Amino acid sequence: MTQLRAGSTVGPQHPQIHIVVGPRRHGVGAAPSRRLEKAMSSLTTRARPTGLATATPQRASRSSARHVDKTYPHWFYIPGGLIYRVLFLVPTVFSFYFAFTRWTLFKATFIGFDNFVLFFQEPGLIGSLKNTIIYGFTTSAAKVVLGMLLAVVLSAPIIARGYLRSVTFFPVLVSAVGVGITFQVLLDPFHGVVNAAIKAVTHVDGPGWLTDPHIALLSVAAIDVWKGIGLATLIYIAGIAAIPNEYFEAARVDGATPWQIFRAIILPLSFPATSTVITLSLIGGLRSFDLIWTTTQGGPGFSSDVIASVIYKQYQAGFYGLSTAGNVILFIVVTAIIYPLSRWLNSRETVL
Amino acid sequence: MSLHKKARVALAGLAVGALSLSACSAGALGSSSDSGAAVANSTTITYLVDNGDTTVKTAQALVDAYNAQKTGTTVKLESRAQGTDGDNAVKTKLATGDMAEVFAYNSGSLMAALDPAKNLVPLTNEPYMSTVQDSFKTAVTYKGQVYGIPMGGAMGGGILYNKKVFSQLGLSVPKTWADFMANNAKIKAAGIDPVIQTYGDTWTSQLFVLADFHNITATDPQWADNYTNNKAKYVSQPALSSFQRLEAVAKAGYMNKDFASIKNTQGLQALVKGTGAQYPMLTFTISAYVTMSDDAAQNIGFYAQPGDDASKYGLTAWTPGGVYIPTSAKGAKLDAAKKFVAWLATKDSCDIQSKAVAPSGPYMVKGCTLPSGLPAAVGDLQKFFDDGNVSPALEFLSPIKGPNLEKITVEVGSGITSAADGAKRYDEDVKKQAQQLGIAGW
Repeated sequence: MTQLRAGSTVGPQHPQIHIVVGPRRHGVGAAPSRRLEKAMSSLTTRARPTGLATATPQRASRSSARHVDKTYPHWFYIPGGLIYRVLFLVPTVFSFYFAFTRWTLFKATFIGFDNFVLFFQEPGLIGSLKNTIIYGFTTSAAKVVLGMLLAVVLSAPIIARGYLRSVTFFPVLVSAVGVGITFQVLLDPFHGVVNAAIKAVTHVDGPGWLTDPHIALLSVAAIDVWKGIGLATLIYIAGIAAIPNEYFEAARVDGATPWQIFRAIILPLSFPATSTVITLSLIGGLRSFDLIWTTTQGGPGFSSDVIASVIYKQYQAGFYGLSTAGNVILFIVVTAIIYPLSRWLNSRETVL
Repeated sequence: MSLHKKARVALAGLAVGALSLSACSAGALGSSSDSGAAVANSTTITYLVDNGDTTVKTAQALVDAYNAQKTGTTVKLESRAQGTDGDNAVKTKLATGDMAEVFAYNSGSLMAALDPAKNLVPLTNEPYMSTVQDSFKTAVTYKGQVYGIPMGGAMGGGILYNKKVFSQLGLSVPKTWADFMANNAKIKAAGIDPVIQTYGDTWTSQLFVLADFHNITATDPQWADNYTNNKAKYVSQPALSSFQRLEAVAKAGYMNKDFASIKNTQGLQALVKGTGAQYPMLTFTISAYVTMSDDAAQNIGFYAQPGDDASKYGLTAWTPGGVYIPTSAKGAKLDAAKKFVAWLATKDSCDIQSKAVAPSGPYMVKGCTLPSGLPAAVGDLQKFFDDGNVSPALEFLSPIKGPNLEKITVEVGSGITSAADGAKRYDEDVKKQAQQLGIAGW
């Protein structure tokens, strides 16, 4: 069932591939389809199974819940529950209260919705909201596209593959603050290496990457992509490795070109990886703060401010109630974007 | 009661931390508050200062000299972050009762934001208060009580200039804004950057606006009061011209081309080298540039930012920061802290400060004198004080200073927004601060 749908969407444009994707006609048998299911469910734990697969996983999850009940005594939950309550639940509830107060740390005066009204009147807020969305979506899109392409290259049998994979992943391990400060030096418009190189080659002054109000935000987004691409690539490599080899073999037997293999096998069958990358990178991009703060501090002026940096500045200025209200707003914005998106992505995975 | 409050504040702190910035921890609030090995029969107190080079050097010299007197009190030095991170560190320490027994902090509006009536020990009736100059006392007075003593010299806000460049081009120190702009045109024609700006350190962008305050108050002496009472705004004259001056310099192309990225130190270097002729700055930077070349001390001069009327020409001055005792200091530690603070307000203390770091402005303690052989700019600054031609900066006359001014002046100075829009935005910023401080009429 699952395979047939995937085949039929691809079918009309690529007739040969249609044959490939419906493996039975080639007599390869049921083995790959079972394997595919296995690979898919391991990647997409949240996918709601349809059709044939419905019965088994549900039974499995119910029995595993009972298994947990039996294995662990109730006191086992106390430490975790306590930590969760003290460090997460209580502060969260408190923050919802303080969001409605004018708070100096010394005293809090209840002022109703004034903080929220003020936050939305803040002239920089609309700009920062726009910047947050631009930042979140460009970094996420770039990570999906570039991560996929890098993963395809790094999955191919090339020389020094392990080394190249490590090199791609390396920036993920460096702290965002370190990356920010390093790039601030590299991208200095007059004394930085990048513009010196541009000048040496083209004899034209390079742009003020972080100081030109029109491109500062995109420069930071590019740094974010450089830093985060390794993780996206890693997820894609896992996603591509999980595609059963039989599909590739069958495609090659049918004489499919590399582009056709990519378009009809790798792209659709690594969709669970795509949805993971989109969700993770979008959440990361929407609440991104550390990289922006260390490179531009939201500047020049307010031109690369995102919601998180606006909130931090309110906090720095001593507007504790206002910044708490900003956090509540950020929480709502991120939820409002991510929740429907992840629902949609999950439903897409199920269709596949 | 106080414990209950402590717990509430701690929880509140957690609340901000939890939802905000799960990505990053908010600056260095940490400090080692262990009391160390105290000598028997002696009290150990801690003196908290910001971690600026010259501040720490001066404070260390003071602490060493005091400990050498063997008064039975041992003072330990501790440092904190500067700027807004430092402000938060101080507020958090006060709120949690974790503050050092003696601490140095800004005077004026920043001090007013500490809720002094609740958090600081009043020093109004201490005998040494008679030796502290009145102009400083107003900057540390809150609701009728004086809370601090001065630390360091007064500062001026104005324009540092390269004397060689001025003499080569036959320029004289301008007394009006029109003269200033005429000078700039000549300097630019000679291929030198007329005005240095350094937005890599955003705070430096505020000088054209802040140092213009003498010109506002000379035109309208009631302006600061009206501003505090929500009646005077930056969008209207005379205050709007402060933003317009910055805009005029930017529009005329009088700024160095790397203004957007370089930092304060690089700006001072450009001034000392003569690639830039003038740098709107606070005079505390004098101690930083004198080491940059042999003739820097004598080659760099200082003048106040001119306004429209030469007859009203004068300086906008910053009183030095203060030293305060928090209400969390109790018993023997409070007595020890009071004795230490009393000593900090003596001539001995001034002399030790002068020896540690060359002073950049007159002391605010009566009887304290400046040593001879100081940089030329200090003499230029001293002259304004001697002539009595000085207005305190706005932040010492009004508790309200909008926190985003430095970002707004970067925008105006970079040509991202106009002076009028910047002034409007700053008025909104001021409103938020006034509401946060709970000032009546906002």
